[in-house]
Amino acid sequence: MLIYRGLLLVSFLVLATLSLPHSAEAQENPYFVAYDHYLEEPGNLEVEYFSTFGTQRGGNDFHSYWMELEYGATAWWTTELYLDGQTTFGDSTIFTGIRWENRFRPLKREHFINPILYVEYEHKSGADKILKEGEGHDIEADFLTPNSVARQEIINEMEFKLILSSTFKGWNFTQNTLAAKNLSNEPWEFGYALGASRPLALKASAKRCTLCPQNFIAGIEMYGGLGDRYHFGLHDTSHYVAPVLGWNLPSGWTLRISPGFGLNDNSHQFLLRWGVSREISGFGSMVGRLFRGGQ
Amino acid sequence: MRTHKTGVLISILLIVAFFLPPAVGQENANPATEKKSSAETMYSEIGKAPEKARAKRNPLEKDPNAVAAGRILFEQRCAECHGHNAEGGKKGPSLRAAEIQNAEPGAIFWILTNGVVRKGMPVWSKIPEPQRWQLVSFIKSLGPAPAKREPAPANASQPPLRILLCGVVEDHG
Repeated sequence: MLIYRGLLLVSFLVLATLSLPHSAEAQENPYFVAYDHYLEEPGNLEVEYFSTFGTQRGGNDFHSYWMELEYGATAWWTTELYLDGQTTFGDSTIFTGIRWENRFRPLKREHFINPILYVEYEHKSGADKILKEGEGHDIEADFLTPNSVARQEIINEMEFKLILSSTFKGWNFTQNTLAAKNLSNEPWEFGYALGASRPLALKASAKRCTLCPQNFIAGIEMYGGLGDRYHFGLHDTSHYVAPVLGWNLPSGWTLRISPGFGLNDNSHQFLLRWGVSREISGFGSMVGRLFRGGQ
Repeated sequence: MRTHKTGVLISILLIVAFFLPPAVGQENANPATEKKSSAETMYSEIGKAPEKARAKRNPLEKDPNAVAAGRILFEQRCAECHGHNAEGGKKGPSLRAAEIQNAEPGAIFWILTNGVVRKGMPVWSKIPEPQRWQLVSFIKSLGPAPAKREPAPANASQPPLRILLCGVVEDHG
């Protein structure tokens, strides 16, 4: 039942996105896991869909997917709602949970290193496979549990990140440190993500164009777990490195793709991620007008 | 049951978030005064640009394509708030005001880079530096907004009645 509700909601949102006339050309980073210090513009809504295909040794490969609704509440606060699901080939398709993420910019001005505070609440099942972060001792073998069993485990988790990001000569460098706490009696878990990216051209063209190099942003990201409070370090952790490419279209759509590679025996050998998103400018004002009588 | 409660809580918080930007500006009952004071705050920010930032010269000053490229960037990123003619919009003040047009290019570049985060203007340093200079070139190329005609005094030469009533009633006087 939950799957049908989820699919219905996703279909509605996709249709709503396609029918909305106001779009703004986005200048989105190409990362899938790492975050930089740029928040959503205030009043704008970004509707995003992401997929991950992952290989699984000793079991069936999987395709996980999630939808993000990212809203710029103010210039210093961005809030996001996630809906997650996955298909394990030869097993089943299930809805795996929701996440509510908030990012805050504590400093008024731009600095050489810009901190962002990240707070997320996750309500998910043990069958969650979106690999949105590397944390604790999460390893490839955890994904061998059949969906029917894994979905019985309900996880309520708080996740905190300190994002330190810098932009220099067109390059963005970012470092994310993660601490997550399962709200049941589990220890704190840690993880990291690193990213670097740059547009293919820094100057904009004097003509409108779709394939101009300034519309493409290429880079690389690396992420993984750092153990938990009692066993901190790289032992029994998984790590990935992934080239990333983002294409910001003038119509307001952004396409992203990233092949990822496991760096040790605990990691999935290969992850292929792709995503599509669209930014809707002035969404907050549109909603506001609906309730204030179309002023 | 617990999932249901969480869902309700998240929905409420998202709704609050959606309404936050308008709510922030509703302390002042008069929208015109509110808009003016918001614009003044924005303009005063440009005065806070450090001397070093002001002294920066636009490296694309003599680039013949800078204004055209800046116009496209403006339409894509700035027009939503500052209006399509840069004369002010729903959220942002006019960029053709004397405070902006008389400002040094370096000061405008500094505002673009740092935003006015507490007043709703985001940081635009994610736009590469040359593109920010292209935007500065475009903004400076606009010049001041054409002066609006002052309304005529109330007792100044009265127009014929037919003009006042848009031709609905003829003036037979």
